[in-house]
Amino acid sequence: MKRQIVAAAVMSTLLTGAAFADDLTIGLSTEPTSIDPHYHNLTPNSSFSRHIFDTLIGQNEVQALVPGLATSWKPLNDTTWELKLREGVKFHDGTDFNADDVLFSFERAPNVPNSPSSFGAYAKGKVFKKIDDYTIHIETPGPSPLVPNEISQISIVSDSIKDTATTADFNSGKAAIGTGPYKYKEYVPGDHIEITANPDYWGDKATWDNVTFKPISSGPSRIAALFAGDVDLISGVPTSDIENIKRTAGDRFGVWQGSSNRVIYLHLDQFRENSPFVKANDGSDIKNPLMDQRVRKALSKSIRREAIVQRVMEGVAIPAGQLLPDGFFGVSDKLKVEPYDLDGAKALLDEAGYGDGFQLTVHGPNDRYINDAKIAEALGQMFTRLGIKTSVETMPRSVYFKRASAGAEGLPEFSLILVGWGAGSGEASSPLKSLIHTYDKAHGFGSSNRGRYSNPEIDAMIEEALSTVDDTKRQELLAKATEMAIEDLAIIPLHFQVNTWASKKGLKYLPRTDEFTLAMGVSKE
Amino acid sequence: MSAAPITPVAQKENRFAVFAARFFENKIAAGALVVLISIILLAVLAPWITPQNPYDLGQVDIMDGRMKPGEEAFAGYTFWLGSDGAGRDLYSAILYGLRISLMVGVFSGLIALVIGTAVGLIAAYAGGRTETLIMRLVDLQLSFPAVLVALMLVAAMGKGVDKIIIALVTVQWAYYARTVRGNALSERKKEYVEAAKNLGLSSSRILFGHIMPNCLSPLIVVATIQTAHAIALEATLSFLGIGLPQTEPSLGILISNGFEYMMSGKYWISVYPGLALLITVFSINLVGDQLRDVLNPRLNK
Amino acid sequence: MLAFLIRRLGQSALVVALMATIVFFGVNVVGDPVDMLVAPDADQAERARVIADFGLDKPVIEQFGYFVKGALQGDLGKSFIFGEPATKLILERLPATMELAIVALLIALIFGIPLGVYAGIKPNSMGSRAIMAMSIFGFSLPTFWVGIMLIMLFAVQLGWLPATGRGDTASFLGIQSSIFTLDGLSHLALPAFNLALLKMSLVIRLSRAGTREVMQQDYIKFAKAKGLSFGHIVRVHLMKNIMIPVVTVLGLEFGSLIAFSVVTESIFAWPGMGKLLIDAILQLDRPIIVAYLMIIVVLFVTINLIVDILYSALDPRVALSEKNS
Repeated sequence: MKRQIVAAAVMSTLLTGAAFADDLTIGLSTEPTSIDPHYHNLTPNSSFSRHIFDTLIGQNEVQALVPGLATSWKPLNDTTWELKLREGVKFHDGTDFNADDVLFSFERAPNVPNSPSSFGAYAKGKVFKKIDDYTIHIETPGPSPLVPNEISQISIVSDSIKDTATTADFNSGKAAIGTGPYKYKEYVPGDHIEITANPDYWGDKATWDNVTFKPISSGPSRIAALFAGDVDLISGVPTSDIENIKRTAGDRFGVWQGSSNRVIYLHLDQFRENSPFVKANDGSDIKNPLMDQRVRKALSKSIRREAIVQRVMEGVAIPAGQLLPDGFFGVSDKLKVEPYDLDGAKALLDEAGYGDGFQLTVHGPNDRYINDAKIAEALGQMFTRLGIKTSVETMPRSVYFKRASAGAEGLPEFSLILVGWGAGSGEASSPLKSLIHTYDKAHGFGSSNRGRYSNPEIDAMIEEALSTVDDTKRQELLAKATEMAIEDLAIIPLHFQVNTWASKKGLKYLPRTDEFTLAMGVSKE
Repeated sequence: MSAAPITPVAQKENRFAVFAARFFENKIAAGALVVLISIILLAVLAPWITPQNPYDLGQVDIMDGRMKPGEEAFAGYTFWLGSDGAGRDLYSAILYGLRISLMVGVFSGLIALVIGTAVGLIAAYAGGRTETLIMRLVDLQLSFPAVLVALMLVAAMGKGVDKIIIALVTVQWAYYARTVRGNALSERKKEYVEAAKNLGLSSSRILFGHIMPNCLSPLIVVATIQTAHAIALEATLSFLGIGLPQTEPSLGILISNGFEYMMSGKYWISVYPGLALLITVFSINLVGDQLRDVLNPRLNK
Repeated sequence: MLAFLIRRLGQSALVVALMATIVFFGVNVVGDPVDMLVAPDADQAERARVIADFGLDKPVIEQFGYFVKGALQGDLGKSFIFGEPATKLILERLPATMELAIVALLIALIFGIPLGVYAGIKPNSMGSRAIMAMSIFGFSLPTFWVGIMLIMLFAVQLGWLPATGRGDTASFLGIQSSIFTLDGLSHLALPAFNLALLKMSLVIRLSRAGTREVMQQDYIKFAKAKGLSFGHIVRVHLMKNIMIPVVTVLGLEFGSLIAFSVVTESIFAWPGMGKLLIDAILQLDRPIIVAYLMIIVVLFVTINLIVDILYSALDPRVALSEKNS
């Protein structure tokens, strides 16, 4: 309080010194791997990019599309979109923003050398045509309703850096020129990233003069840094600390929560007659019971989702009955969370001929999702109570995902796995396309369908949705496909993660579904 | 039968009695030995003296998770030390975890002992180039920090009890080799070896039958201290996320799982396993220290 | 001397090559970095691109060939995750780790030697028993555990010191380090102390043992008989003699300080190379793992060499050429 008064006094005499500026320090759970916005398609990178760079179309805190550097967008016909660009926007180096920058950005984004995960998928198949300096047409080979969502992922960089735009040049700051609300100041990998307000920003002016991001990957250390006053805001608050902050330190700290776009679910082996981690009680091979819809239903019924949410997630999750939480485009309003019903589950198992149970191993990662190993253990406990002799094996993601997607013989190695899916596009086609659709390497469908569930009827519906530009019709198709997939238990959804930030008192954070931590979302109370 | 005062057996008993008497001179060390033996007993007897098998998912219930010490489980027993995030009774989990930690420590120690002793003896007996080569290798191995070597090995091999043991053996064998070789060298010069040679005994017989038994006491000292090291190292690796698998936790895993609750006031999840680890390592070290003092002839004067 | 140096360097090169080979093949059979890298919603084509880009589609032997070729030219490969040369990334973070290790070493010496000498001079006093028990305690406590306790106490409860990170740096005599600023020192205090604890126990034990041995020597008795003050004897005769083992062992242990900083750095979010290594292991950034190892082996070999030379300087009885036998 005192500091602010002093600051106001000094500012009124036009003697703004850095020491009196409004500074913000944020403790990040994961550090961006580069300043180059096109280098690595990864949440921490995209999150950081938003400070320095703008996108044509922005995503707000619930991932709804909002105007960015494009003021409007509309389909001219099934295969052409027209974008009107914002006029009078200046890059940090003073050059004007226009259509050439857009063309350059979309040409660069899919082609960054050594990119560990490129933005190619978002730029693929799109032909950008400059109509005039502030009008652009995007042509696609077929109807492509997701064009606005896809281009909302790609940062716009200045075409004045054409010659020097290597990733190292972005990291050194030389090429880190965007139109965003903050400007690059300093980047010391592993230590901190500093940005400073862009006074000429076209949108809402930056609240903070200087923002410093500090990576603190260990959860308890991050909390300690907040408690000790090293940082003002932290992302990824460990679930175990949330209750405690609210209860014992609520007067000094604030907790900000919002549901995420990430569903935690189970994939079940539905393609092998003999699944490697399902055995008869005596250890001999049996016909894969997971192929039987009743068995899958029984498993789903035996899961006490409420208990997982309350006990494992400490209340910081939402029980899931489908692929995305309410409010996202393409969710079904008919689907309900499967209630816990042990007797019903046992009856179903009996009916399917597995009344005496079988042996099953649940596999999961132990360093990927919030409390993943504990969830796997809880599932093991619940399946054991259903009468299935369950063991649980968790491993670091570096080993897990390889074996889960392509172990021996290039096939998914496990029988029942715990996985999560975040819908980057913010609508239901993302999980449907990758998790539910039949595995189809040639067309890029089912790339993460590790249970190899296959239903031609659902496939057709997903494909139709992906080429339906009409929003209402697409929404219906996506919802219907989701309903069919869930009723057939293509996957078993468990819960949606909730993202949590904590700040010192006096600050407020606007929670986001996409897990981004943005200085723009931090305001003073 | 005869009144001869120095039959071999009597001499042995006598030596042991002297040794024991000297060991127990130090009250702290004596206490540590008692504690250590109790810990081993508790670990061995764990299945019979704990209310829960923390590795049996049928007995663990997440509804019992994060109970405070003294609260009651659904199954009726009391969580004297509280429960962890998965609902494991910490008292049970600590004893079972001790089994794993001790097993890892002792197994890796034994294997390293066997390998190290053999290598050390061979070096001492062979001499010449073989010895130089072996000891150079030992020096190199010793110049690398154990934690780094173990880290690299686990990174290269993946997780698992067997891999941890391999990593621990790799970082430990050199200590034994160096100790044995040093002692063997001084033993080799002694008259009884000369005598044995003159009697025409085979070298392996001399090596294992005569020299080795005389290297035992320093080996025991190294072994105790290395076991403590191994247990602590396993805990550290587990803490770094590259140790043992999660579901059957060692002490290290229990501590590191509880670590995330440290800032939230649920101290017991990490503190009690931590204390168990501390007491175990501390008492082994104290015992080892006293053994060194008792067995080291130079300080006997 | 020269022959000794050449032989040592030759051996060292062999060791570096051997370790690199083992670790290269080791890390190349575990897991799949592609799964760590590509976005989960990437399609199969994108995966194929990444695999081809990083040369992971080639047989391991061939990859090793490229690696050796690069390594001979001083190029240890580019980090999968950061896209920059692994050597550069590691060397960038070397100063932070070095300053942590050096300060830790100094703390260990400053506290350890006086305590150890005291315990050696009066081996049977209560104080000395307490010191010895504490020193065993010191290396029984797991580093990571002490780390969080220090944070809880000094940063969270008392609020005296910052909990994490490295402070401001300043340049002095061309060295950029955080030990030249107050902010930097306050950030350094907890992690350095945490790291120092292990070695402090060692210093105490070494100087105690050294003291006990030296105090029984004839020249000390002689000095006493000559009527030299006790303080003088300790300062001049004792210190000179116990420094030899302390310096030798600590020289060797400096490497282990650097290695153990892996633990300290993860807890205190210290931007050193240990943290980089752990992240690389967890994310399978193979070039970093291999490069880290090679750099650290070179570092150790150098340290060992310096220690050997120092040792012979401190104690002329040890001739360098004989150290190998």
